[in-house]
Amino acid sequence: MQSYESELMEKFLTALLSDTGDAPGRLLQYLCAIQHRYSYVSRSAVQILSDRLRMPAAQINAVVDFYAFLYTVPRGEFNILFSDSITDRMLDNISLLNSLCELLNIAPGVPRADNRVTVDVTSCTGICDQGPALLVNDQVISRLDDVRIQRISELIEAGTSLSEWPASFFMVEDNIQRRDNLLSAQISPGSAINTWREKGSDGVLKLLDQSGLRGRGGAGFKTASKWRFCKDTIADQHYVVCNADESEPGTFKDRVLLNTFANDVFEGMTLCAAVTGARKGYLYLRGEYRYLLRDLEATLQQRREANLLGDHISGQKDFSFDIEIHLGAGAYICGEESALIESLEGKRGIPRVRPPFPVTNGFRNQPTVVNNVETFVAAAKISVLGSEWFSATGTNESVGTKLLSVSGDCSRPGIYEYPFGTSIRQILDDCGANNVQAVQVAGAAGSTIPPGEFDRKICFEDISTGGSIIIFNGQRNLLDMVKNFAHFFCHESCGFCTPCRVGTPLMKDLVDKVVAGHATEYDLQEMRNIGQVMQQASHCGLGATAPNPVLETLEKFPHIYAQQLSSKTYEPAFDVDAAVEISRKLTGRDDPAAHIQEDS
Amino acid sequence: MSANDTFKLDGKDIPFQAGDTVMDAALRAGEYIPHLCHNPEFKPHGSCRVCVVEVNGRHLSACTLPAAENMQVDNNSAAIMDQRRSLLQMLFVEGNHICPACEKSGACQLQAVAYYTRMLSPHFSHFFPKRSIDAAHPDVVFYFNRWIVCGLCERASHEVDKKDVFSTSGRGINSKMIFNSATGKLGDTDLLLTDKAVSVCPVGAILPKHQGYEVPMGERLYVTLRICVVGDVHDKSHE
Repeated sequence: MQSYESELMEKFLTALLSDTGDAPGRLLQYLCAIQHRYSYVSRSAVQILSDRLRMPAAQINAVVDFYAFLYTVPRGEFNILFSDSITDRMLDNISLLNSLCELLNIAPGVPRADNRVTVDVTSCTGICDQGPALLVNDQVISRLDDVRIQRISELIEAGTSLSEWPASFFMVEDNIQRRDNLLSAQISPGSAINTWREKGSDGVLKLLDQSGLRGRGGAGFKTASKWRFCKDTIADQHYVVCNADESEPGTFKDRVLLNTFANDVFEGMTLCAAVTGARKGYLYLRGEYRYLLRDLEATLQQRREANLLGDHISGQKDFSFDIEIHLGAGAYICGEESALIESLEGKRGIPRVRPPFPVTNGFRNQPTVVNNVETFVAAAKISVLGSEWFSATGTNESVGTKLLSVSGDCSRPGIYEYPFGTSIRQILDDCGANNVQAVQVAGAAGSTIPPGEFDRKICFEDISTGGSIIIFNGQRNLLDMVKNFAHFFCHESCGFCTPCRVGTPLMKDLVDKVVAGHATEYDLQEMRNIGQVMQQASHCGLGATAPNPVLETLEKFPHIYAQQLSSKTYEPAFDVDAAVEISRKLTGRDDPAAHIQEDS
Repeated sequence: MSANDTFKLDGKDIPFQAGDTVMDAALRAGEYIPHLCHNPEFKPHGSCRVCVVEVNGRHLSACTLPAAENMQVDNNSAAIMDQRRSLLQMLFVEGNHICPACEKSGACQLQAVAYYTRMLSPHFSHFFPKRSIDAAHPDVVFYFNRWIVCGLCERASHEVDKKDVFSTSGRGINSKMIFNSATGKLGDTDLLLTDKAVSVCPVGAILPKHQGYEVPMGERLYVTLRICVVGDVHDKSHE
């Protein structure tokens, strides 16, 4: 007999699948919709999907279990996730989380029995300049403080629907502190497409070539070359993908670009489609930015109505292209382009073996351009304003400007656009940072820069970055950062390859041991050795860069470790007294003789 | 590319054909590159990283690396062997591998490769994960303790058996193996003892029931000859 719950689910899924077509490739999107509606993915939902999509249920369960934002037990009416990046920690998010849990009378991570609420933590939500932040269902609440926490608990207890919560809670400002070329120049919707009509694909590629534009995600591949490779690969279909899975801790520039410059992003994608011959594009939007989805869909709709998307764009008989937004569901690894493509295909986000690269064998094994949000904006503007407009700033190797996301200990956090070649010192001066101990550039996977290196410059030839800048003043314990990042990587490793899957928890445990004051020189050497194996043997960039925070600080900030070492030479691997705790409990003893004293 | 193209493996000339990986060419030439998740019958996976070799200072997995003329490949250097040993140790502490109590001992690739890399101890702190056994299938047992995330049963079930019984689920160190049945139990899947997915297992994670210790310890595959000579446990030549 079918239960009431699965009858409802059957109805919901029938509507969902008929709306968008029953493609197994859309699995993750279906799962996101189920999660959004029911606060979890039930067994009956999996069974129905399995039947309808003709997919093994185990494969569907494997996808559910991969993504942090998909749950197998109900999270309740309000699913609250505190952003738990180092910048949130610096703003004391944990005591706010604890007070909310106390007010709601729950433990973190455990759904409340009345199916009302769950409170938990999640990786960086990209609100670092306005933190501490949390996600409640698909909404963001920024600038948390005791007053807001108190109010949130009351609203939850009263069962007030999110739409009735104070609008001020959900305010996320762009917070642009410095504009340069890219953010100042405006282009009108359709103007880049006009350039393509006038100059043709080769003309556009020539412009991009001359401008020297390189990918803004951090790797810095020449954009013109990528588009040309894709265009020149003969295939049934070509695809354009915008990587808006901005997950590197401390990065939030894409949040701003998608919020205020969405037309430029879509213009760039459409230009890329015109050049490469793609008929379909995807914007892969990280689940944390789901709150931007409605406005982005509205912008897409406006562009369709203006004939800037859809069939025969701008009256061109041979040019039809549309953009679909795909949601991520809490997986840092999906920022890696081949994992992103796997996720776009509805699968677990496991990075592919490369070569072949996505530009020849990408989405559905077809040639695919995957570019960063900022790259598409730059490409659109270059095509309209010219290559000289773009190349007027920057360095020889790194032309143009870069958006930096500045957070941490400074008086003016936010978005700063600088010409490439700007020094760390300049950035610190401008954002009001004093007594700086270290700057973490490029996020958890990046480098830790000590004061002696503040004259180094942001550019591909010196410090390359997707844009994350986190500032630590002299009062901070840098080990807090190392610990936060070590736990982050352990949580975000996809688990495919041995060095990352096992290396990240080994590293995490050793960092915890250092923080607990139990480590020795031997453990530090262990961390170096494990780090080297991870750097050299990992399957993808996540594993290869995961030991960076440890290795960088071991090298440049050895004192933060030295002061934590309990003994230079030997420390037992485990606490003998703690190890017999289970026996004490079993025997009901707690007398002195049931404890093992350290030799004095 | 002609049929006579060669690359150097530890200084030795290895001929290769168009489309070969370094692993393909080495196997054909009878040269051993340690590996666990690779099986020539299946598409390269590149996940265990045990076959990582050094080419121009870069560490790349031999099973996914296209062979190229005049490539200089270091397979047996001290640095590569050290790295391999560390990877093996990671695999050992990740699960619960109690060799003396395992039916596969002596015919287990994980154990044999560990001996080959001169691994003498697990070195890292054991994770001691709590993992169970699925013994509900009439003919096959799955020991989660011995699972090494190589993906071979998953690939074999999909590509050869056309059943999709196995799926790697979860993420990171919380990865787990799940089975395609309503109960999640192996016994409720359509797996058969004769399936490729059962025989392909390089370790003792999947074992047939109703038999045990049929080959005495002293006569097992890797006891008589080292893995670099005798090859993989599932090679047809042993049967």
